[in-house]
Amino acid sequence: MTDTTSPAPTAPTAPTAPTSVWAGAWRLADYWAMVYRRTWKASVVSSFVTPLLYVLAMGVLLGGFIDGDPARLEGATSYLAFVVPGMLAAQTMTSVVGECTYPVMSAVKWHKTYFAMTTSPLSVPEVILANLGFVLARVALASVVFLAVTACFGVYVSWWGVLAALPVQLLLGLAFAAPVYAFTAGLMNETAFSLVFRLGMIPMFLFSGAFFPVANLDAPLEAVARATPLWHGVDLTRMLVLGELDPTTALVHVVYLAALAGLGWWWAVRRLTRRMVV
Amino acid sequence: MEAKLGESMIRAVGLRKRFGDFEAVRGIDVDVRRGESFGFLGPNGAGKSSTMRMVAAVSPVTEGELRILGMDPATDGPAIRARIGVCPQDDTVDTELSVRENLYIYGRYFGLPRKEVRARVDELLEFVQLTEKANAVVDDLSGGMKRRLTIARSLVNRPEILLLDEPTTGLDPQARHVVWERLFALKQQGVTLVLTTHYMDEAEQLTDRLVVMDKGLIVAEGSPLSLIAEHSTREVAELRFPVPPEGGSHAPMAAQVEDLADRVEVLPDRLLLYTDDGEECVAKVHERGLEPAATLVRRSSLEDVFLRLTGRTLVD
Ligand SMILES: Nc1ncnc2c1ncn2[C@@H]1O[C@H](COP(=O)(O)OP(=O)(O)OP(=O)(O)O)[C@@H](O)[C@H]1O
Ligand SMILES: [Mg+2]
Repeated sequence: MTDTTSPAPTAPTAPTAPTSVWAGAWRLADYWAMVYRRTWKASVVSSFVTPLLYVLAMGVLLGGFIDGDPARLEGATSYLAFVVPGMLAAQTMTSVVGECTYPVMSAVKWHKTYFAMTTSPLSVPEVILANLGFVLARVALASVVFLAVTACFGVYVSWWGVLAALPVQLLLGLAFAAPVYAFTAGLMNETAFSLVFRLGMIPMFLFSGAFFPVANLDAPLEAVARATPLWHGVDLTRMLVLGELDPTTALVHVVYLAALAGLGWWWAVRRLTRRMVV
Repeated sequence: MEAKLGESMIRAVGLRKRFGDFEAVRGIDVDVRRGESFGFLGPNGAGKSSTMRMVAAVSPVTEGELRILGMDPATDGPAIRARIGVCPQDDTVDTELSVRENLYIYGRYFGLPRKEVRARVDELLEFVQLTEKANAVVDDLSGGMKRRLTIARSLVNRPEILLLDEPTTGLDPQARHVVWERLFALKQQGVTLVLTTHYMDEAEQLTDRLVVMDKGLIVAEGSPLSLIAEHSTREVAELRFPVPPEGGSHAPMAAQVEDLADRVEVLPDRLLLYTDDGEECVAKVHERGLEPAATLVRRSSLEDVFLRLTGRTLVD
C-alpha cells in the first residue's frame, strides 16, 4: 500500500566539479570553520591580548615620556596615536606570517591534509585560496577587536579612516600571506622558517615605522625601511586613522601591496602545484 | 549520458609515468568495464600506486592515453574526481578531527548540501561499523578502524569507480575480513572496484580479473583461476629437508626428482615440485629412496604464479 500524497524521495544530489576557483574554495569553508572552532582558544591571547599589551606598554607607558609633537610624529598629536596604527599593521604581519609557516608545512608535509582535498574534485588553487581566506578572516577578526578596543583610547581622528583601515589590513595581510605561503609550500623542512622570522619579520617589526618615524633612520637605512612591505602598510594605515591621507602616496602603497599579493599568489600556485601534482 | 552495462570505465593505452629519469610505469594497457572488480598485483615498486594515482586524476600522465569514465584526466580532472572514490595507500584522514567530522567535511568538497552530507555520513558510519566511534578523534582509532574510515570517506560521493590502493595492508585477519566483506557488498551493488594488493588471497577473493605488474610492466593478465592454470600446475608438492650446511644446496637432490614434476624449485629448506598430481609425485619420491623430513601437498595458488612471474629475490 503506497501513500500517494507523500512526496517522492528527493533524488540524491550529484557530486560535481566546482564551477570556479571561488566556488571550489567555498566548499572548504566548513573545514576551516571546524579548524577555527578547534583552535581559537589557543590563539585568543596572541590574536587579541598581546597587541593590546604592546599598546599599553609602548603607547601609554613608554609614550608618556615622549613629546606629542605632530611635526615629529607624522601628524599624530601623541605617541599613543602614532603607535596604535603601527601596532595594528605590525600585528597583521606577525599573525599572517605565523599562519603561513608551520600550519601550511603541516598541511603539505606532516598531516598531509591538503592531499585529501585534492583527491576530491578540488584542485590546488582552490586549496590555496581557501587557506588564505581563512588567514584573512582571522586578520579581519583581530583587526576589528583591536580597532574597537583602541577606539576607547580616543586616538582616532577620522572614522572613515578607521573603517578604511580594515580592508587595508586585509590587503597588507595578503601581501605577506601569499609570498610566505608560497615560500613554505616548496620547503622540504622547517629550518628555513627561522630565517623568515629573524631576518624578515622581526627587523621589519622593529624598523619599518611601526614604533618610530622612519625619517629618524640614517638615509640609506630609511630607504631600506621604505622599501619593506610593512612600511607601506604602516604608513597607509596611519594616514587613514590620523585623517592625513595623501591620495598619491596612498595609491602607491595600494599598488605596491597589491602587486606583492598578486606575485605571491602566482608563486604559491606554482610551488604548491609542483609539490603536490607529481 | 547514462552508462551502459559493460562500458569501459578505465581505459589506458601505452600508459607511462616518469619521475625525472626513472620510469615507474613503462607502457601498460588496461581496460576495466562497468561492474567489474579489477586487481593490480605486484611486488614493492612495481608501479601499482603510480598507476592508481594517474587513474585517480591526481598525478599527470607522462605518456600514453588514459580515459576515466570517458574523460581525459589532463583536462577533466575535477569532473573525474567528482565521480570516483579513492582510498590511497597511506590514510590521509585528518587525525585531529573526529570520525564524523572527517566524513562530513569530505562530503562538502563534492558540493553536496549540508543536510544530505549529514544523512550520508550516518549511513556510511553504519556501513563500515563505526557508528559507536563517530565522535572519537581519529588519532585514537586502531589501524583497521582508520582504514574503514578511509573507505567510508571514499564512498561519500557514491562513486561509480572505487580505487583502493592496498586496502588491507597492515591489518590483522579480523580487520581484513571486515574490509573484504564490505568491499564485496559494494561489488554486489554494482560499484566498479579497482584495487592493488600484495595478498594473493585478497586478489583471489575480490577480483574478477587482474594483472600482475613487475618493474612497471604488465607481465600477466587474466582471472585468478586462469592465471593459475596458465602459469602454474594444479598442485604443488613441498618436500622439506633440513637446511644444508654453509655452501651446500639441495640442488643435487632436485636433479634426482626433476623428471617427476613439470618444474622443480629449490629453496633453502625445501623443494617445490609443480605437478598435476601431488600425492602420486610424493609416492614416487619415496620410491627413489629420498626421505624428506616432511611433505605437504597443496593446491597451487596465485602466490605461486606471482613468485614465478616476479621472482623470489627482493627488488629493493
Ligand atoms: N614521487 C616520486 N618521485 C620519484 N620516484 C617515485 C615517486 N613515486 C614513486 N616513485 C618510484 O616509482 C617506483 C614505483 O612506485 P610505486 O609506489 O608506484 O610502487 P608500488 O607498486 O605501489 O609499490 P608498493 O607495493 O611498495 O606500494 C618506485 O621505485 C618508487 O620509488
Ligand atoms: Mg604502492
